[in-house]
Amino acid sequence: MYQFEYHKASSVEDAMKKLASADDGKILAGGMTLLPTMKQRLASPSDLIDLSGIAALKGIKVDGKTVTIGAMTTHWEVHSSKDVQKAIPALSDLAGQIGDPMVRHRGTIGGSIANSDPSADYPAAVIGLGATIKTNKRDIAADDYFKGLFETALADDELIVSVSFPIPKRAAYQKFPQPASRYAMVGVMVAETDSGIRVGVTGAGPCAFRVPAMEKALGAKFAAESVANITIPSDGLNSDIHGSAEYRAHLVGVMAKRAVAAA
Amino acid sequence: MGEFGIGQSVKRKEDDTLLIGKGHYIDDINVAGQAHAYVLRSPHANAKVLSIETGSALAMPGVLAIYTGADVEDVGPLPCAVDAMFEFKRRNGSKRFFPTHHVLVRTHVRHVGDPVAFVIAETRTQAKDAAEAVLVDYEVLPSVTDTAAALAPGAPVIYADETDGNDAFLFTMGDAAASEAAFTAAHKTVRFKHVNQRIIAASMEPRGCIGEYDAASGRYTLHTNTQSVYRNRAICAQMLGVEENRIHVTCPEVGGSFGMKGMPYPEQPLVMLAAQRLGRAVKWYSDRSEAFLSDTQGRDLVVDAELALDSDGHFLAVRVHSVGSMGAYASNFGPMILSAGSVRMLPGVYRVPLVYAEVEVSITNKVFTDAYRGAGRPEASYVIERLVDLAAHAMKLSPVEIRRRNLIAAAQMPYSGPTGMTYDSGDFVKNLDDCLKAADWDGIEVRRAEAAKRGRLRGIGMSVYIEATAGGVPETARIEVNADGSVMAYSGSLTQGQAHATTFAQIVADKLGTDYDRITVHQGDSDILAQGGGAGGSRSGYSGGGAVLAGVEKVIDKARKIASHMLEAAEADIEFDGGTFTIAGTDRTLSLGDVAKAADDPANLPDGMAPGLKEDATYKSEASSFPNGCHIVEVEVDPDTGDIVIENYTVVDDFGHVLNPMIVHGQIHGGIVQGIGQALYEDAIYDAESGQLLTGSFMDYCMPRALNLPSIKIDMNVVPCTTNSLGLKGAGEAGTTGATGAVINAVLDALAPTGVTHIEMPATPQRVWRAIHDAKAA
Repeated sequence: MYQFEYHKASSVEDAMKKLASADDGKILAGGMTLLPTMKQRLASPSDLIDLSGIAALKGIKVDGKTVTIGAMTTHWEVHSSKDVQKAIPALSDLAGQIGDPMVRHRGTIGGSIANSDPSADYPAAVIGLGATIKTNKRDIAADDYFKGLFETALADDELIVSVSFPIPKRAAYQKFPQPASRYAMVGVMVAETDSGIRVGVTGAGPCAFRVPAMEKALGAKFAAESVANITIPSDGLNSDIHGSAEYRAHLVGVMAKRAVAAA
Repeated sequence: MGEFGIGQSVKRKEDDTLLIGKGHYIDDINVAGQAHAYVLRSPHANAKVLSIETGSALAMPGVLAIYTGADVEDVGPLPCAVDAMFEFKRRNGSKRFFPTHHVLVRTHVRHVGDPVAFVIAETRTQAKDAAEAVLVDYEVLPSVTDTAAALAPGAPVIYADETDGNDAFLFTMGDAAASEAAFTAAHKTVRFKHVNQRIIAASMEPRGCIGEYDAASGRYTLHTNTQSVYRNRAICAQMLGVEENRIHVTCPEVGGSFGMKGMPYPEQPLVMLAAQRLGRAVKWYSDRSEAFLSDTQGRDLVVDAELALDSDGHFLAVRVHSVGSMGAYASNFGPMILSAGSVRMLPGVYRVPLVYAEVEVSITNKVFTDAYRGAGRPEASYVIERLVDLAAHAMKLSPVEIRRRNLIAAAQMPYSGPTGMTYDSGDFVKNLDDCLKAADWDGIEVRRAEAAKRGRLRGIGMSVYIEATAGGVPETARIEVNADGSVMAYSGSLTQGQAHATTFAQIVADKLGTDYDRITVHQGDSDILAQGGGAGGSRSGYSGGGAVLAGVEKVIDKARKIASHMLEAAEADIEFDGGTFTIAGTDRTLSLGDVAKAADDPANLPDGMAPGLKEDATYKSEASSFPNGCHIVEVEVDPDTGDIVIENYTVVDDFGHVLNPMIVHGQIHGGIVQGIGQALYEDAIYDAESGQLLTGSFMDYCMPRALNLPSIKIDMNVVPCTTNSLGLKGAGEAGTTGATGAVINAVLDALAPTGVTHIEMPATPQRVWRAIHDAKAA
């Protein structure tokens, strides 16, 4: 790790001010990706602005129709929240499958979504449940948020404040982990929401995406057999030593089917 | 004797310390005034070093010195111990080609991670910063990392300045013509072409060392985690060009080695040299990424194996042609393990009249291979146990029946096989019978049908294994009885986590009658005993225990003579039991402590007897021990994803007498898990173009995790070893030897309905899915 200046922000405004005045500053949420990268000397920010002291970014609120999760809420908090378990059990279940207990106690929903790792779990929930990303500047709809590999709609001076998930009628998340890292090789969130069926996929592509053909078929009949014969093209999907694009495309079908069955 | 004697599951003396984090590992050692070293490693698989510019790095804060190959030309190369034991020749008849392995490269780098410069600074971070400022100008050359492709015409010749190919040597064993005749006359033959993939040892504790130099005495001290302080001392002395009395090697706790810490590495002589040059201690400690690139790796064979059978399913001959890759250099034991080591145990537990094997060893742009848990025996066991299952299929016999027809019977012991190995003891039929019963082999169809209802393919597989532990290597011990009757047991062996302090103390407690808590086992200090062996080849109990026992027996002999003298009774009338000498039939006694106290004064001793009650002993058995047993594995395959779950794991082992069943169970668990790791998860993958290690971290190199593992059911079938004074057979590597064949046989049994007949290790989900997918398409 190279030397850097550490700052603890007292508010969102303070964080953005500190970020703006840094040479090459980085926001530190849970640090589950950033810190290992820095330790390997693959990243060398001049300044780290730590959000852990901002109370306004933490916590879970449930009203009649939505679950709103503060950006600095840890995976463990989401997983173990009785409110989330009751309102969107699939979301609690997903959070419980991220990393290991140490990661779940440090990693945050905001950090995960801001990073847009292609194999992170949360993006499947954001897309699959049709969440709204609330930043210090605006609200961004899930469908407009993920732009590509580690790329999002966030501007340089924009910070995620919270994520709002509409409570679905039913939903389930199924994940096939990459054997070594346990990240999602493919993860699929299927949900029946007020605005229709949504199928959100992570792990398979450069960033999370929907599968309209499956959504349409499930809209006609919400049953596993509806997606059994829908294959997604492997063009443009991720390919590595653990899974070819073809294998990932196949797994999207399998996980979708299982998610429908579990929902 | 009693609850702390041989054969008792005594709790480990080591654990109270280790479990609360108070263990003393190499990174826990800090010497006053120590500086820190960092190794700058090659980023290229094959390149010429055109120049190294250290000027600006040397000027950086805290930097004390930077050594390149040119600065350490007085350090000798890393030796290959087995070079002197075998007459290795190339296919063309010329002498084996083993490249010179310098501690820092001189003209070329030959693998990613090859050490280029040794940077020493006040702190590790400063050393690392300075390493980044060392400017190395490389001329990158084409590389080859594929084991077999390295021998293909047109492959880049890695040592083109010195030799004309990448073939290091060709090893042959057996009679090619006789084997050819047997195959020609055979009723049936089966063939098994496969890759025994490269494995990364990934010990929990990485390598490390601290060098010190005392100018007054001219002595070096090396603190390092190693399998043998004595071998390390000898080789480091040779490399540094000093005599062995000038080097003191100490080893604290070791967090696992598995063969990987069996030999010296460049950093060990370098920290000593740096300490001497700089006049202060120098510490080097590997990080995990470096471990992936610089620790010896295991296995790495491409094998073409055949088995010939007669019309009754009896085995006639086994024939193997394989290519093994030793990597860029010939490591200490590496060339032997790939060649003789991987084929000597090919007959397994079967009557096989003929074995012929050819192993050609290639040089590749990869880290050098060396011992890895089992060191050749798991490779051989995998070959024969897969061939036998293929033969069962070809002969339309069950896997059980074909094994029964060919197993060596207990009555045939000792049994000399075609590869020069003589098995002293074992009851392979009983191992098989007991394991079949414990695993409910016959009930599989019920479980298979139940799994099918859940959409899962259930399968069962077995291996009946045998392996040969290290024989012929001497081990030493010194047993000292103090005046208060407490005992020091010094051992030339060295624990890597196996709990020698416990098991060796059990031997002493059992034989001397000393309270377990009054026995201290001391090891890992080259200044105490003149010579010693160390850990490796499952020999700690066999040889280390044997040496302790021999020392204890010498102590008893001497003490009996002293007691006889002191009690004025004939030696034959002195009985020894529970730590007390008694004149038979009387109440006249002397405790061992009484004898030890008296023994310091020659006046109390028979004429001419040397004072003291401490005895040095060396144990050497010419033979290996042959642990054997049966593994039965049951798996379920998810045909939609290719995912495999191990549902049941049953093992029956014959380790002869067992010093401590609880500790041996731990060895079985660990050994099996490493075998499961190779069968299903672990694979060191190198990029064919760049020669980079693609699985360079735990994010991509898949270690077995607790959630992947079943509870292992263990039974013992005790057939005492006839070549060992304790009657025991080494237990450390047996689990690994039996596991790979059993797991893959089970996977292929599960996949049988899909038409899949072959799967490479590791049987990853993608591989299994692809095999099913391809079988469907075919």
